[in-house]
Amino acid sequence: MSNNIVSRLKRKKIQEVVAAGKRMDGRGLLELREMTLKTNFLKKSEGSSEVKLGKTHVIVGVTAKVGTPFDDTPDIGVLMCGAEYTPVAHATWEPGPPPKGAIELARVVDRGLRSAEMLDMSKLCLVEGKKVYIISVDLYVLNWDGNLIDACGAAAIAALRDAKIPTYKVTKGELKATGKSKKLKLRVEPIPITITKINEHFILDATADEEEVADGRLTITMDEKNNVTTMQKRGDVGFTVDEIKKCINIATEKAAEIRALTVASK
Amino acid sequence: MSKAKTKTKRKRKTSKKIVRGDGRKVNEIRSTTIETGIIPNADGSAYIEMGDNKIVAAVYGPREMHPKRLSKPHMGVLRVRYHMAPFSVSPRRSPAPSRRDTEIGMIMVDALSPALFLERYPRSVIDVYVEIIQADGGTRCAAVNAAAVALVDAGIPMKDLVASCAAGKMKGEIVLDLGDTEDKEGEADVPLAYMPKLDQVTLLQMDGILTADETVKAIEMAIEGSKQVYEIQREALKKKYGMDAEESEEKVEEAEEEVPADAPEDAPEEKEEEQ
Repeated sequence: MSNNIVSRLKRKKIQEVVAAGKRMDGRGLLELREMTLKTNFLKKSEGSSEVKLGKTHVIVGVTAKVGTPFDDTPDIGVLMCGAEYTPVAHATWEPGPPPKGAIELARVVDRGLRSAEMLDMSKLCLVEGKKVYIISVDLYVLNWDGNLIDACGAAAIAALRDAKIPTYKVTKGELKATGKSKKLKLRVEPIPITITKINEHFILDATADEEEVADGRLTITMDEKNNVTTMQKRGDVGFTVDEIKKCINIATEKAAEIRALTVASK
Repeated sequence: MSKAKTKTKRKRKTSKKIVRGDGRKVNEIRSTTIETGIIPNADGSAYIEMGDNKIVAAVYGPREMHPKRLSKPHMGVLRVRYHMAPFSVSPRRSPAPSRRDTEIGMIMVDALSPALFLERYPRSVIDVYVEIIQADGGTRCAAVNAAAVALVDAGIPMKDLVASCAAGKMKGEIVLDLGDTEDKEGEADVPLAYMPKLDQVTLLQMDGILTADETVKAIEMAIEGSKQVYEIQREALKKKYGMDAEESEEKVEEAEEEVPADAPEDAPEEKEEEQ
């Protein structure tokens, strides 16, 4: 999944420690690293947030502009996610077209937000078929130490929650900026939780080394009502139905805790 | 566990009355046909029609990996390219690979590689190329089905076949194998791939809104659907390779039954051969 090389000795150690119910950094199996969060710290974008989860460091920028809607959905706005693996983030990350991991990261976070029906997209339409809000959520990785989906998912929610988009007055299909702005109304706050499988053990918030050793992972996005809104399995091993059920239970238990963290340190 | 099962059954009974757009029952897959060996140049190939999906999968390899830096010294690499023809959907789509295509390619690698012995092919690659000729919802599942059969057709040893089917929620009901229109109108979609003999889920994605119970129910239904697909995959392979595992077991048994009569004579003969 990555170019991060973990020596055989360390690989074995990670597996042993996890089998004993602990982690290399002293955490419990389902314990998160310390998370710090900052929102609206950028002036030029409509919304922003910075999340540090252990050594993983991501920034999310939310920008809004007015553009034309897609042909097949003329009466709703557009919400899209992009992800950038910046070369500052890791020795093995190089400039160039987005690697597969970045594409997956963007798509999983994107699906989490969209399939949960987080925004009322019809309210982002200004002039049907002509002008709609296009909200871009750009996930920017500044330092990589694993668990990017969860870090970016939490950061995206925090950024969107505090984002303020400019408002317009519509007269005869023409837009006039009012100079004011309004908050986006989030109907739900979907939070992705990635459960990583090392042998038969499940851990949360894996570091880059743990991800390299892992057999697979399952990301589950949950909304406040504990509905599942996205799932994504990765890795070259299978999961049994019982294991999937176990993961859903873990996600159900942890979703509220992580969601609270996206507000707490404001 | 057992409680959940009876619940599922009860729901299915009542819901069987619901008629879907194409007249299927809620737990019925679309009509599916698989044909092997349709690309003579490939090492293995398969063509699947699942509903109105028309998909070709071809396998090349195991062969030397190019570019070399992508090869692994201790194991082989499975590479899947999922690609949709410009005319496979309406309106026409660009033939350039999209972010979606890239992601599905990755997901298919994860779906198929648990069935392979990749450690047997150091420095090599197994290329699986999937072309969607016509799309009708659930293409990734149909593509996995075709790719798995193509891998068998290529003579690549496998731990198990990989069969795939999606379940979803439509009009408040959990249903199997959503078609294109059902997928777009539906509330949720759960594509899944499954290895029936090993009882493992190798592909699992989900979009939409489902409660935890509904999610589990959809997963269980998709597994049932995959088992139906598995039988069709086996039929397709039997058609080409003649003998099915059970049949061959029967033949072995028959042969063994014959052995006792000849056994005393056989034994000395074998000894002679050894000398």
